Amino acid sequence: MIVNRNKLSWFERTYIPALWGGFCVTLKHVLNTLPFVGKKGPVTLQYPEEKWSVPEGYRGAPYLVKDQEDRTKCVSCQLCEFVCPPRAIKIIPPGPETDPTTGNVEKRPKDFEINMLRCIFCGLCQEVCPEEAIFLQKDYSLNGESREEMVYGIDKLLALGGTHNDTIQKWKKKEDDANAQAAH
Amino acid sequence: MEFFNQLSPGWQLTIVATIKVVCVMAVLLPMIAYSVMAERRVSALIQDRVGPNRVGPFGLLQPLADGLKSLLKEDFTPGHVHKLYFTLAPAIAMIPAFLTFAVIPFGSTMGSERMVIADLNVGVLYTFGIVSLSVYGIVLAGYASNSKYPFLGGIRSSAQMISYEIAMGMAVIPVFMFVGSLNLSSIIEYQSGSLLNWLVFKSPMTLLSFCIFFVAVFAETNRHPFDMPECETELVAGYHSEYGSMRFALFFLGEYAAMIAGSALLVTVFFGGWTLPFFGLDTPAQTLLGGILHIGIFLAKVGFFMIVMIWVRWMLPRFRYDQLMSLGWKRFLPLALVNILVTAVWLFATTEKSLP
Repeated sequence: MIVNRNKLSWFERTYIPALWGGFCVTLKHVLNTLPFVGKKGPVTLQYPEEKWSVPEGYRGAPYLVKDQEDRTKCVSCQLCEFVCPPRAIKIIPPGPETDPTTGNVEKRPKDFEINMLRCIFCGLCQEVCPEEAIFLQKDYSLNGESREEMVYGIDKLLALGGTHNDTIQKWKKKEDDANAQAAH
Repeated sequence: MEFFNQLSPGWQLTIVATIKVVCVMAVLLPMIAYSVMAERRVSALIQDRVGPNRVGPFGLLQPLADGLKSLLKEDFTPGHVHKLYFTLAPAIAMIPAFLTFAVIPFGSTMGSERMVIADLNVGVLYTFGIVSLSVYGIVLAGYASNSKYPFLGGIRSSAQMISYEIAMGMAVIPVFMFVGSLNLSSIIEYQSGSLLNWLVFKSPMTLLSFCIFFVAVFAETNRHPFDMPECETELVAGYHSEYGSMRFALFFLGEYAAMIAGSALLVTVFFGGWTLPFFGLDTPAQTLLGGILHIGIFLAKVGFFMIVMIWVRWMLPRFRYDQLMSLGWKRFLPLALVNILVTAVWLFATTEKSLP
């Protein structure tokens, strides 16, 4: 790119037009932002009181989700644990034992920990999850008073994650299939 | 009071001067703190922001918080610096700015005392002498930091400040030719009467003097658009890159003290100091209230120039180094010299008739 440098006139070389122009621009901004008087007011978002609206597709904290009938979707495949670049995720699979309270849900993780201090919010866990059980949600301000507090356990992750509007509903389908076969 | 009268004149002078110094410092230091605050708020206004508004009502306690922060921070000395000079530089940068206030008349009278710490007959020369010392702090900081950006900042500032000192000194000579004295108090006396007696409005020559002096003050105090020594984009932060905590705060303090000193000098020399040509406010006060009012007028004028200096920061982009030098040496110096000549001819032509 070639910048055109015009020859300045004598008047322009006295810096007076530049000064005047600068004064006009700054004055315009001041008059616009003055409290009570200005038309526009400052553009500042007074953060803790005012919050910004988080856009769609924002990559906030990763949380676990449940389906519409309160079933945990995660099946402890540990793909997210393996793919996690900072190794923030730790999953303890249930092993052969089954939890009778969870119905026909198989391999619900015994514990699922995300260390939010290590997490880099890259979204690979969401990307890799075959069960659509973990999603990066809109929380961007995570805080706690100790490092231990920042390691989120399964209960906390599920509570924060909420319900995912699941179209497949794997466990419900399995249950329905089993019921249909039994009735046959 | 009786005890005071029994003392020798020397002791009386010492005590009175000490009280004045303490009072001036007590006003000056908060003024510096609040001009930093004003800088931040005005800059915020110009940039459509809010600025610091959280600490205390309207953010008015922000300077206290800043000061406390600087005091509590670790006073870190990098391993590669010259320790002695590194420690010395912030003090040397700060002290000259404060010394300037010794000769500035900040009010008329309070009781029988004149409101100036030292009423020197060579007031302005003293000021120039002291102001030129402040370059040493910056050069020393640049040298002591022993790293390239502060070094470049130090070099730049020494060249800049020395160049503009000449233009500055030359610019005020017409003023002294009009007044016939170097004493700042008599300069103020000369400006009493009407608004047209203020040296900015007195004649085209003094107006030109004012313009050159004003620009030179910007260059001397390293303010935008002449902030060569510390331009963030080129030199990180220039001479104080390696400094932190209270030592950095001392540089900051010195910079703003220099700004206030420059404004005070401008007000004294060109804008009538503590006088106001209305309601008989241009003669030394008879009452205590009048004395306080005069100090208030002076501070208001200084405050106005501080706001102007803050505002100008956002009006112009930074000058390139060669532009700065050519402005100082090729424009202002010849202009100031011609100004002296024209003033001399003018005074000769107009006052000759009154000679016997």
